[in-house]
Amino acid sequence: MGAGHAHRLYRHGHSAVHGLPPHTKLAAAFAFVVVVVSTPREAMWAFGLYAVLLALVAYAARVPAGFLLKRLLIEVPFVAFAVLMPFVAEGERVDVLGLSLSVSGLWGAWNVLAKGTLGVAASVLLASTTELRELLLGLQRLKLPPLLVQIASFMIRYGDVITDEMRRMRIARESRGFEAKGVRHWGVLAKSAGALFIRSYERGERVHLAMVSRGYAGAMPVIDEVTASRAQWSYALTLPFAALVVCLLGWTL
Amino acid sequence: MHVPDGFINAPTSAVTGVVAAGAVAVSLRGARRELDERTAPLAGLVAAFIFAVQMLNFPVAAGTSGHLLGGALAAILVGPFTGVLCVSVVLLMQGILFADGGLTALGVNITDMAIVTTVVAYAVFRGLLRVLPRKRRSVTVASFVAALLSVPAAAVAFTLIYAVGGTTDVSLGKVATAMVGVHVLIGIGEAVITALTVGAVIAVRPDLVHGARGLGQRLKLRVNGDLVDVPGAAPAPVAARTSRRTLWISGLVASLALAGFVSFYASASPDGLEKVAHDQGIDRKAERHASDGSPLAGYGVKDVGNARLSGGLAGVIGVGVTVVAGSAVFWTVRRRRTTDVSPASASVSAGA
Repeated sequence: MGAGHAHRLYRHGHSAVHGLPPHTKLAAAFAFVVVVVSTPREAMWAFGLYAVLLALVAYAARVPAGFLLKRLLIEVPFVAFAVLMPFVAEGERVDVLGLSLSVSGLWGAWNVLAKGTLGVAASVLLASTTELRELLLGLQRLKLPPLLVQIASFMIRYGDVITDEMRRMRIARESRGFEAKGVRHWGVLAKSAGALFIRSYERGERVHLAMVSRGYAGAMPVIDEVTASRAQWSYALTLPFAALVVCLLGWTL
Repeated sequence: MHVPDGFINAPTSAVTGVVAAGAVAVSLRGARRELDERTAPLAGLVAAFIFAVQMLNFPVAAGTSGHLLGGALAAILVGPFTGVLCVSVVLLMQGILFADGGLTALGVNITDMAIVTTVVAYAVFRGLLRVLPRKRRSVTVASFVAALLSVPAAAVAFTLIYAVGGTTDVSLGKVATAMVGVHVLIGIGEAVITALTVGAVIAVRPDLVHGARGLGQRLKLRVNGDLVDVPGAAPAPVAARTSRRTLWISGLVASLALAGFVSFYASASPDGLEKVAHDQGIDRKAERHASDGSPLAGYGVKDVGNARLSGGLAGVIGVGVTVVAGSAVFWTVRRRRTTDVSPASASVSAGA
């Protein structure tokens, strides 16, 4: 697998954030989200500071704001849920613009929106500054079971292949005049899914044989082993530590 | 149903994370038993398949469309352990790469969508296969029911997690009503697509379907005009009648309990959100009902209608309808089984 296999989620670059070892970035992102989640929701300014911290990381990684905001759209279903919350939650009511809203519902909506958005932004930054293969290596360095990492890497590697097969089947269906309009067409879609499963499974068997014939004995060789120096760790963990300070301030103030 | 960060509080997320880690560890061992050293490529490819199939949108009614969750499908096609593993890997990758579902909520998501759906689906599937006749069609029927129950089961699991560690102040009854109500509907779509998909795979490569192993026809030889079993192939043990009866009764009790549980939640405190969910639900169902006509569809409509009028009555009616429908299904199946058995036993006696 040579060039041109970088995933579309990854944004190529040579910034300091790109250059960090993947497992430090994973640990930093995870610690950051944990800190954000355990912040009291009444400390609204704390979430503003978190957003500023993430913006600083994005600036350091030279990820443009438009790219980040576009990827944040994945959150939309939960935004809809959060908007609904003030109307259905219990507790005392307050009138805003003629609508009777629940106070605790408003807090809940704010809570989910703020924490969810920050979490999504952290993940997006992680995925756009780390290559997939690196990400998987990082997971392995963080002591995820090797078999799980192998499964994940096969899923990532062949995800696009399988998706493309599905796309080809869709094109084949459509070029024969098929258009899925309702329940009556579920059968056709299900047959496509069945065919897709058989193709995936048989491809898995072929991949396994190819691997065995190349000397696979249960473990994948790691040729680009990365270790992190103390400086890199401390650089990566600046983000969660700064967040932790904000969080502690949020609890005390 | 991907839970974002901050929706479930930190301690509960940690506990579900431990649960998820334990389950994944168990499944890693189990998957090795199901797939030997082919685990990595095969489970990886199946995970890619689940990932792709979740993008396959099927139109439900005008404007709305749903997509497959895939837990039941994975469990039936590749076995429960590999199924848990595949769905967990999909969720992990969705969380890290696509930011779909929070990083701290990973434990909640895996527990809810990977473990509960897969385990419930496979348990129901296995239980039904014991009861139903040993035919290919019963695999399809069993996978329909398994997928049908697995989705609301995940919704119930989510509600339980929410009850323990939800951060928002929406009452439990409302969450349960919305979640279970909507997911019963999603479950119908999931069930139809899963059953059809399993049927399509069985038609082409029955050996690939983990749940259908042992259903293959035994090789027979014609010796002097008589059909004889190939020597060496051990005849499959015929399930004893008593054990089948206990299974039948326990299945009935389980479905009764489940129906009571679900309808208990479904009838709790009707309110605005419930109305929204049901309004949406009813227009979805109108389309489905025409093609489906299953007893469950009727049950849903009946329950919805009564839940808004009289809370308590709906539960009783729901249970009753489920029991009657379940008994009817079991009765017809048993009658068909007795007719099915006769030619098989005739050939066995001819062979002997």
